[in-house]
Amino acid sequence: MAVLEVKNVTFSYDGVFDVIKDINLILRDGELVSLLGISGGGKTTLFNIIAGLYRPQQGQILLDGEDITGQSGKVSYMLQKDMLLPYRTVVDNVALPLLIKGMKKKEARKIASDHFKQFGIEGTQKMYPGGLSGGMRQRAALLRAYLFSAEVALLDEPFSALDTLTKSELHRWYLDMMNNIKLSTLFITHDIDEAILLSDRIYLLDGKTGTLTDEIVINEPKPRRKDFNLTDDFLRYKRDIIARIGGAES
Amino acid sequence: MNAKLRSTISKIVLPLSAVVLLFVIWQLICSFTGVPKYILPSPRDVLAAFQKDWQLMMEHTRVTLTETFIGLGLGILIGFLTAVLMDRFTVLRKMIYPLIVISQTIPTVAIAPLLVIWMGYRMLPKIVLIVLVVFFPIAISLLEGFSAVDKDTVNLMRSMGANRFQIFRYVKLPNSLGHFYSGLKISVSYAVVSAVVSEWIGGTEGLGCYMTRVRKSYASDKMFAVIILISVISLILILLIDILRRVSMPWEKVEYHRRRKS
Repeated sequence: MAVLEVKNVTFSYDGVFDVIKDINLILRDGELVSLLGISGGGKTTLFNIIAGLYRPQQGQILLDGEDITGQSGKVSYMLQKDMLLPYRTVVDNVALPLLIKGMKKKEARKIASDHFKQFGIEGTQKMYPGGLSGGMRQRAALLRAYLFSAEVALLDEPFSALDTLTKSELHRWYLDMMNNIKLSTLFITHDIDEAILLSDRIYLLDGKTGTLTDEIVINEPKPRRKDFNLTDDFLRYKRDIIARIGGAES
Repeated sequence: MNAKLRSTISKIVLPLSAVVLLFVIWQLICSFTGVPKYILPSPRDVLAAFQKDWQLMMEHTRVTLTETFIGLGLGILIGFLTAVLMDRFTVLRKMIYPLIVISQTIPTVAIAPLLVIWMGYRMLPKIVLIVLVVFFPIAISLLEGFSAVDKDTVNLMRSMGANRFQIFRYVKLPNSLGHFYSGLKISVSYAVVSAVVSEWIGGTEGLGCYMTRVRKSYASDKMFAVIILISVISLILILLIDILRRVSMPWEKVEYHRRRKS
């Protein structure tokens, strides 16, 4: 069943040039779907629309069948930078969405703190974000996104600023994690390997026309094998995607 | 030599030795040129003046500090409210901002006598003058802090459904704390000087009044003593603000080390 549905969405900043055009996509319950495309191709704009920060000129965003077009505060959103507030302790950063929803500080802190172990950041509650490593910061930001909405999350290149080793470690952790929490996730990336490794399905976004050109299903059971990115199947998917991107661009 | 010792030397020992050197040169000039005491008293004369008038100076200091703190408190409050309103309403910002800048071009010595004519010789005109001087750096620094907020952070808060007040409370306000302390540091020294200037014009108490009296009686040693006292008061207040900043912003140190590492 579709949890999130984007229907015929078109958006333009200046009313002349359409950054994204006639976008249709669905996200099913517990799925991780990637939006793969070049930087500056309109992926983040689409996320801003789904998050309710922009209102599209045309089209609708449906969450569990309900029209949420232009409404913020419905789905959780994690940006490329972790956006942890340097002046709040890690637990107070993570608890922020609960405080915004009107929860009492003590209760919000307790709920946030209860998830620290699960997200691999136990013991960092009273630290300031400046004292955490890049990987830990992303985990804290993910927990914040999860606490905001345990239903749908939009992750905008959350691992792109990390070094290769940390990124690879976080990928493994994230796959295990997803298996436990079943968060339906729409994921932006321009990294083909990352998209294949994490996703159930991949949408290809053509940056020039602002349209979705293809949909690829990754038929690999979850939890994924640890060496999935070293298998022939993985390479086959990668070749296929590269061919399709080439086809779309030519 | 370890880094901590080097830092202590460069931060404390070097400036302090410059001050000591200055006093030594000053003393030598007075001792060897025989310049009259009413023209240039020696550091020893100034020290003697401190000893003689200490009690009296402290009574005047109490009055000046009372005016300073009341004026500073009110100035901070008005500066804060002005900054919040200017941040919230762009029209208001466009209207008020030039007026605030113009108000700062008027010398305090020019306004002080007018305030005395309007409000009398008591504490009120002095406090009003301090408020007028203090609120500007506070309002401007806070406004800068509010405007310097990262747009992505605000967008993230909006995506969480945060309302305007929540964005202000959780992002804008704490984000502007560093700017606020920078403004406060300037304000506090302005406040002390303004208190003294306003006491020159009228009244019977305060370091400014004491200064006027000793100047009229050509007691230059006491004049120098009170000037040094005012400087020391300003320095102590600035130091207190630095300590307050460090205590209330413990994350600054963590962020500093993170930036150095990366």
